[in-house]
Amino acid sequence: MEIPENAPAAARRLAEALPGALLGASEFRGQWCLDVPRERALEVLRLLKEEPDLDFGFLNDVTCTDHPDEDPRFRVVWVLTSHARRERLRVAARCPEDDPVVPSATPLWAGADWLEREAYDMFGVRFSGHPDLRRILMPEDFDAWPLRKEFPMEGLRSDRDWARWVIDRARRPEGTLP
Amino acid sequence: MTAPGTAASPLARRVERSVEDSGRIFLNMGPSHPSTHGVLRIVLELDGEVVVRAEPDIGYLHRGMEKIAETYGFTKFIPYTDRMDYLAPVANNIAVCTAAEVLMGIEVPARAKAIRVVCAELGRISSHLLGLGAFAMDVGALTVFLYCFREREVIYNFMESLTGARFTVSYPRVGGVSRDMPEGWADAVRRFAEELPARVDRDIERLLSRNRIWIGRLEGVGTIPREVAISYGLTGPNLRGSGVEWDLRKEFPYSGYEQYEFDVPVGTKGDAYDRYLCRVEEIKQSARILRQALETMPSGPISVQDGKHFLPPKEKVMTRMEELIHQFMIVTEGPQAPVGETFWAHENPKGELGFYIVGDGTSRPYRLRMRAPSFVNLSILPWLLPGAMISDVVAILASLDFVMGECDR
Repeated sequence: MEIPENAPAAARRLAEALPGALLGASEFRGQWCLDVPRERALEVLRLLKEEPDLDFGFLNDVTCTDHPDEDPRFRVVWVLTSHARRERLRVAARCPEDDPVVPSATPLWAGADWLEREAYDMFGVRFSGHPDLRRILMPEDFDAWPLRKEFPMEGLRSDRDWARWVIDRARRPEGTLP
Repeated sequence: MTAPGTAASPLARRVERSVEDSGRIFLNMGPSHPSTHGVLRIVLELDGEVVVRAEPDIGYLHRGMEKIAETYGFTKFIPYTDRMDYLAPVANNIAVCTAAEVLMGIEVPARAKAIRVVCAELGRISSHLLGLGAFAMDVGALTVFLYCFREREVIYNFMESLTGARFTVSYPRVGGVSRDMPEGWADAVRRFAEELPARVDRDIERLLSRNRIWIGRLEGVGTIPREVAISYGLTGPNLRGSGVEWDLRKEFPYSGYEQYEFDVPVGTKGDAYDRYLCRVEEIKQSARILRQALETMPSGPISVQDGKHFLPPKEKVMTRMEELIHQFMIVTEGPQAPVGETFWAHENPKGELGFYIVGDGTSRPYRLRMRAPSFVNLSILPWLLPGAMISDVVAILASLDFVMGECDR
């Protein structure tokens, strides 16, 4: 692919070191985002982190966006910072609704643990290789993905339905999900 | 009927099973324990008095703010950010407004920036004072808490005369601030900033910094090495306490921080005592920034003069068509974000409060993600707590200075 003239050095390095791992590089308000295929996301993150002249050693955030009209539907975004070079960079990988899996960044950053759990909790995107992927903010047996676009703003249930749901949940056999 | 998180929940069952196997005790700390500063629950597995495993259970205060933002738009979302880090609400307001401005490509006037700096530093002082006061109280020194609250009361009064609200201020707007400083306010704040370092010395440092009990409780407790702090994504005083000199006000200056002279304190060992020292010094440095910002306060408008992003002046709305339309659009719709996405982080008292905003050309963000520093800072607990005594857990929690409103969002 064509790398834009003004792209950061990281994009060029990435295209050289890992052929085919860079799908696109886009800029908005001076901030760069590199699109990568999801199978190679971990490889890319490792290169960005461990290459001494790139040195993106700090993981700010792992999050996800939902685009129901597009295919693949989900877009997982990693926000990286290089402390030494005072530079920020985003890496994004897309994954489809029927197989929402991207590699986990936990082998590289311990802090990815909770951030990925939150992305899973809110979108149902799974991170392969995560040591303990389960809900973090919502109740453990919650049965929907709140930040997906189809989840209604007012919640899934009225107050009365909610009370019934809690009672049903208490009555069903231990360990079973609704 | 069992509520989530009680004995029958999968988490508790898992812990119970491991206890049956090993004969260890398991202790449920929180969600409403005085030292958990809100509603943090930690399931501790204990071997005698030593923590073997710690499993934090969060989410009790989850209100779905990111979902709310997608429906409410930027202006109406500002009051929600007050309820995140509620010890420095104005810092969150400034963070979300500046993040939206970065996305929209707006540059606010110099006076609005300087007022924001003053507010953000007042918020930092207020948050650190509470952090220190609660820290000392958790470890058994109640007096400091009272002195801290005396100073915080002064800050609340400043906020009241500036914004009309003491606590949840919702003061800045996208494109500026909502009102100018009242008469005499700048002088009062400057007097406060001049007196503050001496008061911190007298009322906090002299009671704690060389206190043998205090040092005995904190030194070597909850030590976070530099590499671990970076790997877990710690930010703010917790990262700096581990010796990493990283402060967004210096590294990615915003709101004109590059004009002010201040130092970034860093620790050497990364233990609870270092984090305490960092916070005390940050209060003094904030007072320094306050004095400079108020002395060099530029004159001029307090908001962008652009009807597409900020309410036009009232007298023009009553007499001119275009301003009337702008007023109508700003009130009903709010400022519009372009198609695009940005990540922008603000140096909040607790650490980096990052906003990843995806705009879709409307006045509502398509996606607004908040990277809450307390959430990321707490993720180190399963690594940090094992090996500590149960009484040290209290000191470690307090030294991390988190707020659950922000952690759970």
